[in-house]
Formats: sequence, C-alpha cells, structure tokens
Amino acid sequence: MIASRRDVLGGLVVAFSLAPAALAQTGGGEGRGGPPTVAPELPGTLAKFPDLDAWIRIAPDGRVTVFTGKVELGTGIKTAIAQLAADELDVALGRIDLITADTGLTPNEGVTAGSQTLEQSGTAVANAAANVRLLLAEAAATRWGVVATDLFTRDGEVLDGRGRRVSYADLAASLSLAVHARADVPRKRRDARRLIGRSVPRVDLPAKLTGLAAYVHDMRLPGMVHARVLRGPGSGTRGRFDFAAMARLSGVDRIVRRGTFAAIVGTREWPLERALHAAARGGWQAGPDANAPGPLPEALLRMRRESRTIEDRHDDPHAVPVRRLSARYDRPYLMHGAIGPSCAVALFENDVLTVWTHSQGVEPLRAAIAELLAMPLERVRCVHREGAGCYGHNGADDVAGDAALVAIAMPGIPVRLQWSREQEHGWEPLGPAMLAWLDASLDASGRIVAWQHQVWSNTHSTRPSAAGDLLAGQEVIPPFPATPPEPIPQPNGGGDRNAIPLYRFPNSQVVSHFLPDMPVRVSALRGLGAHLNIFALESFIDELADAAGRDPVAFRLAHLDDPRAIAVIGRAAAQFGWQHYRPSPNRGRGFAFARYKNHGAYLAVALDVEFVPDEGRLIVHRAVAAVDSGEAVNPDGIRNQVEGGIVQSLSWTAYEAAGLDGGRRTDYDWSTYPILRFGDAPRSVVIDVIDRPGAPFLGTGECAQGPTAAALANALAAATGTRSRSLPIARAGARFA
Amino acid sequence: MIKLKINGAVARADVDPATPLLYVLRDDLGLHAAKFGCGLGQCGSCTVLVDDRPVFACLLPVGAIGTRAVTTVEGLGTAEAPGTVQRAFLDEQAGQCGYCIPGMIARAEGLLRRTTTPTEEEVRSAMAPSLCRCGTHMRILRAVRRAAAARGGGVVDPAEPVA
Repeated sequence: MIASRRDVLGGLVVAFSLAPAALAQTGGGEGRGGPPTVAPELPGTLAKFPDLDAWIRIAPDGRVTVFTGKVELGTGIKTAIAQLAADELDVALGRIDLITADTGLTPNEGVTAGSQTLEQSGTAVANAAANVRLLLAEAAATRWGVVATDLFTRDGEVLDGRGRRVSYADLAASLSLAVHARADVPRKRRDARRLIGRSVPRVDLPAKLTGLAAYVHDMRLPGMVHARVLRGPGSGTRGRFDFAAMARLSGVDRIVRRGTFAAIVGTREWPLERALHAAARGGWQAGPDANAPGPLPEALLRMRRESRTIEDRHDDPHAVPVRRLSARYDRPYLMHGAIGPSCAVALFENDVLTVWTHSQGVEPLRAAIAELLAMPLERVRCVHREGAGCYGHNGADDVAGDAALVAIAMPGIPVRLQWSREQEHGWEPLGPAMLAWLDASLDASGRIVAWQHQVWSNTHSTRPSAAGDLLAGQEVIPPFPATPPEPIPQPNGGGDRNAIPLYRFPNSQVVSHFLPDMPVRVSALRGLGAHLNIFALESFIDELADAAGRDPVAFRLAHLDDPRAIAVIGRAAAQFGWQHYRPSPNRGRGFAFARYKNHGAYLAVALDVEFVPDEGRLIVHRAVAAVDSGEAVNPDGIRNQVEGGIVQSLSWTAYEAAGLDGGRRTDYDWSTYPILRFGDAPRSVVIDVIDRPGAPFLGTGECAQGPTAAALANALAAATGTRSRSLPIARAGARFA
Repeated sequence: MIKLKINGAVARADVDPATPLLYVLRDDLGLHAAKFGCGLGQCGSCTVLVDDRPVFACLLPVGAIGTRAVTTVEGLGTAEAPGTVQRAFLDEQAGQCGYCIPGMIARAEGLLRRTTTPTEEEVRSAMAPSLCRCGTHMRILRAVRRAAAARGGGVVDPAEPVA
C-alpha cells in the first residue's frame, strides 16, 4: 500500500483499493457499498482506513498533505478539515495541502452527503493528526533520550523547553506513518487549540472571488476540445437528430455516437451551443419510461407501495384521549437547480481514463464508468473538482459519464463536456414529491397521548452505483439496467427521514410507504424526506398546540426531555423575543424545531412574517435560529450553512414545484421555475451557534430545511388564520415580493 | 479580428462578431470569473461591466461592444490585493459554492459606481437579476452595505446593522 501510494504521488497511477467493496452506509445511506470497517475501535472513517498515511503525509520541506475522501460542495469542508488537521498537528494552516476525493489518492469515503463529512472524515483527520503529532514527539524523545511527555509541540516543531528543538520535516524523514492509528491518543486540550472553534476564513473564497480558476468548468487543458451531448428536451424523451445535417454545421468537428448516445465535438464552445439549438429541429419522441403520475398528491396514494412500520410504541395504554386531530401535508417534485449546469472533463491517455468531476461520490462514479466502458476499475480515475452547489444528486454524475464516453473515442485529447441550462433543468433527477398523513390525540390535560405519522414517497437516492444509473448507460446498446430503487433504512431514513418524532409521546406509530415505481426520475435532494416530514410534524404540533390552547414553544418543551433540544428551543425563542412578541394585523410569528435525522444537528427557528393581502405578498421580517452541531469547528461556517438553508428552504416551501405534463418536464429554464431573489430574501437573519466542545461533530448542511418550512407555515397561519398544508405555499396565492 | 478594451488593456480575439462576450472572455482571453449559468440572461452568473453598467455577457455579441470599456472581476483586484467590493465579500465571508459570486461582485460594483449611498431597496433591486441557489443572499447584502461604507458612503435604511 505504501509503495502504491508513493507511485501515485510520483505521477504514475496505480490502483488504490485496499479492500473489496462491502455493504456499508456512507453519506447518510445514499451511497451503496463502500469499504468495510476493519478497525472498529477507531473513530470516523479511520475505522475503515486505519493507517495514518492514508490521511496525513509530511514532506521533506515540512509541508503537510492531508487526504480526505469527501468533497467541497460549497459548505466549507476544505476549511474545516484543514483547521482540524493543522490544530491537532500543531502546524500553521498555510502549511496544509488538502487533497479532496480522488480515487487515485484518497481514502474511499463514499458519497459526500447526509451532513456527515465532519462526523466521518473530520473525525478521522483530527484523530490521525493527533496520532501523528504524538509519533513526532516520540521520535524526538528517542532522539534526545527523554520521555515524550516532557516535550511539547509548536508550529511544526518539537521542543523540550530547554532550548532544544527539531522540525517535523527533520523527524518525518525517518518516521513511517504507515502504521495503524491508536485509539487511545488524546485530542489536543481545549485550551491549547488555536484553530478549532474559531471562525477561520474560508480557504477557497479568495480564488473564487477574484476569478482564479476554481471550478471544473474553468479547466482548460492543453489541446482540450469542447463537447455537448444531444438528447431530447427532458427526462422521459428521446431526441431525433439529423446527424448528416449536424456534421455539416460549422464548428462541429466530430460527432461521437454509441447507441442512442450522441455528442458533438469542436474546438470552440459558441458554435457548439448554436449547433445544440439547431439539433432541436429534429424533434423528439416519448422515451420508454414516460408515464404519467396523475394529479399530485393523490397519485402517490395510488402507486404500488411497500409499507414498513418503523416505530410502534404503546408505552401508556391507559391514556385517555379526549380530542383527536388529523391532517395531510404534501410537497411537489422539486429541482436542485444548480446555478452552473453540470460539467466534466475527461482524458483517455495511456490506457487510463481520468475524469474530473463535481460528483458527490467519485468512488461509486468510478465503478459506474468502468462498467459503462468495460474497463478494469484500476484504469479509471475520478478526481473531484468543484462545481456550482448541487444540494444533492443532480446532473454531475451523468455529465461525467457523457464526457467519459466521448473521451474514450478520442484518445489523448482532453474533452470538456458541459450541459446546457435546458438540459440541466430537463434531465436532473428531481427531489421526490411526498405526502404525509398525521393523526394525534390529546388528553384532558392537553398532552399528546397518541401519535401516528404515515408518509408516502419514492426513493430518495438513485445515485449511481452501476452503469445503468447514468443517462449514458441507458443510451448505449445494449443498455445497462438501472439499479432497482431501495428504501434507505433507519436510522438515517430516506422518505421517512425524520418521520419518527423526537418528542416523547407515550403511544406512537410511524409507517413508511415506499413507492418503488418512479413516474419521473428522482433522487437525493438536500435533507431527503426530512423537509416534508418535519414540515408536516412541526406544522401539526402547532395545530395541536392551538387545539390545546397552549403556546407553541411551551407546548413543544412540554413534550421533550432531550436537554440539547430544550436548549436550542430556549435559545431561539429568547433571541427572537418570543414571549414579548406583539402580533399585528396580517403579521405573525412561527416556530419550529427538529434534530436532523434524529441523530444530527439540533435546530430551532423562529420567523416573523407579514402577509400583504392586496398584493398576496410575503415578507419575512426576521429569522432567528439556534443550532447545536456538536463541537463547532468553524462557527461562521455553521452560520453560513444555516443562513443558506433557511433562505433556500423559504424558496422551496413558498414557490417551487417542478412542472410535469404526462410524466414529462415542463420547466427548461428559470422563467418557469422561479427561485427566491434578493427582493424576497428576509430582512434579517440571525444564527446563534451553541458550541459543544469535546462533543462529536453532528454535521450542519441539511438541518435547516425542514424546520424553516414549518416555521413559515406556522407564521402564516398565525398572521392570516389560514394554514397551508400543501406546498408550495404560493399555490394558495401567497408569494414573496 | 475583434479589438476589446478589457480591464484597462486592449485585447484581441479572432472570433465571429456574433459570439457572446462570455465565450471570448472564458475561452479566448482566459478570464474565468464570469460564469456560464444559463445563456439566457436569466441568472446573472455571467455579469460583467460595460462602461460601468452590469450586462449579461452570455447574451452581448462581442461585435456590439465597440470602444466601450469592459470590466470583469479580474479587473477589480486580486487574491493578494482585492478591490473594495471583493474585500467586503471576503470580510463578510459572502460565498458558499461561490459560482454566482463574481456576477454578484460585478453587479454590486456597477451599483456603487452609480451611487455609494443607495437605499436598502435600491440595493435589493439592483442585485435582483442575479440568482444564488445556496441562499447566500444575506451575506451578499451585508457585503454590499460594507462596500458602500468602505467607499465613503453607506446604504440608507439598512435592513441589518452594518458591521
């Protein structure tokens, strides 16, 4: 393993697979397969890759290279992981070179999803760094004939406090890091930390804000050609093309075809864009999978379903219900809507295919591409390069498959293939439509004594694990079969994510109806089922509080015993000024809380919302949230994610619905799929981060989506007396700005 | 051969004059700040300044620019020496994926060249043509307010206190 890693670093690509694939949940259950756990005593992904040099290497010049199998999606993980490594190792942040997901170099950490990057990779890097720091101190101790506990480290050196010092570079030259991490090495003492817990500025922003090449879209390799893929207008269609006419178009140097897959290639982008529009003249036909779901949300109730009871508690059979409520909540299909369309660069050279991709899972993508091209896994390398924010499974993997098919036909020539806006809107997998039905009973004291939650949903992950999961894999002849959808099991859950209440209800039943037949292409969208389930649960809690005549915040607290849940609710309510709030006509407050996945971050949010009846306009005057993500590595990074999650969820919840006509898309650009703009953004957003030093990382990226949706509906109900249970809220006539 | 005044220098490109400016910037001149987002003038990722006014570079034919001065985000400063708007975006950490941000910076620069004392509503409506999907809006607004102050002005009636 050491030899092969050195070979890789020397530029020669050597297979880096330490273990056969085995079933394991990575990325919140969205990825399939993944390496097995070989050292269960070690924390995070160290349990799968226990050797220190899988994570950290020290060069002779003292620079430190840190490896993570996770990717930067715009959430700031590069900064957070570099902070963890630099602090635990005791080197300056600027001495760290961070390598993110690259199948030739980094540990296989599956898919970057489920708000698990710090929990899995951050934990591994922090503990590996603590181990390396100890090994360096022990090496110095041996050299000086003292005990390691008498030594200390500072800024890349080991010191004895009496004038002797030696650099890490010096020590590392004769120190092997090809050793297992030890489970008993302590992390740095809190009072000695310089970077963890501080709002260190993002390491990637200076390049992004000044126009330096930062994205896969910006890659320009010598001799590179551009390509565009030819498809019908959207998922469920098949394009018809006059290839002879296409070949005559100026700027189209070549057409690459494999089965019904086709791409045009040229040296300049603009002629290819024009050719792409000209190609639409050929028209299209309905593809094999076009089938209509029928009007939503009722169509979901008619689909074939596999039902599972995921909670069934009867702790208090003697409870006496006196009042029963039930309500139905639903959401439409939603788009990821990346601002940049998907793009990939591929190069087939010396029998090795390299694909630069903004996929969230370079390892499963590599397997899918290898199968698509009938190449051995060892000869395919997928390297992550940033793209526009994706918020889940969009066109990133598909476009990588497209670029790979073109590159394999053009050995030695780098191929950059970018989707059009219309292709991104038309072909990205949608976030699934969902329906939840809730039923609960109150006893005479106004306590919830019985609870039932049923949820209907398609799968929340069709992430690629095989060639048939890529669009190109379904277009080659013979086509590859798509991997059959499976529900993501609890405790992460897919459609039933966050369907099990965290509240202490004495009797509770939760049923998850998994709908295996997909009328439209769907996959993971930030938060998966948590958006609708929390919208439903936290809306219903308000309806029950109203029925019981209780304040919504006090009512929630009365049903909770988790001290951290109670703390975020208390903090958000206090910061918002919940008790002193004075409603005015058409203006009200709304509250919601959830612990993401029931084992991730705690978040409570309060909104102050006005409805302007004459204009049908919504104004969010204030959003105040409190979040507990465990130990806060970078508090401003957490604030940034939660602010963004609140704003994005307001957009989803208030406006968004992907249009469908007979199972086919009707939205091909932003004109018919409007998202929130500056005029609609809240007047003010304040995020309070509750740091829990020493506690496990809980992740942050997805925790605001569900609570914000419910807080908006609750605030509108308070402001107008009318409750929205069917999303988007704008469908009922309310809109922003 | 098209001659363009870009970021204070003269640049030449041998392209069809109908080519939108964005492709010339990215593919011929190696200026990657402006991004392709839609090609339809709907999202603002490609925004640059032409004679101090924000334009969608994905739509503007390069042959129509003539002698007008084009300013891209590369022309406003560097990572080592950022311009005032870039500095304000860094100070507010106004970026998540960052893909839309060069367009945002160009648009903010255009506004502040017109007035350094816009109202909150003027800021929001000036920025409205640019889309952000990460929800970085609050930080972008804070950055514009900060940049206005750094240029000796300030946003009138800001919706949040200015740092």
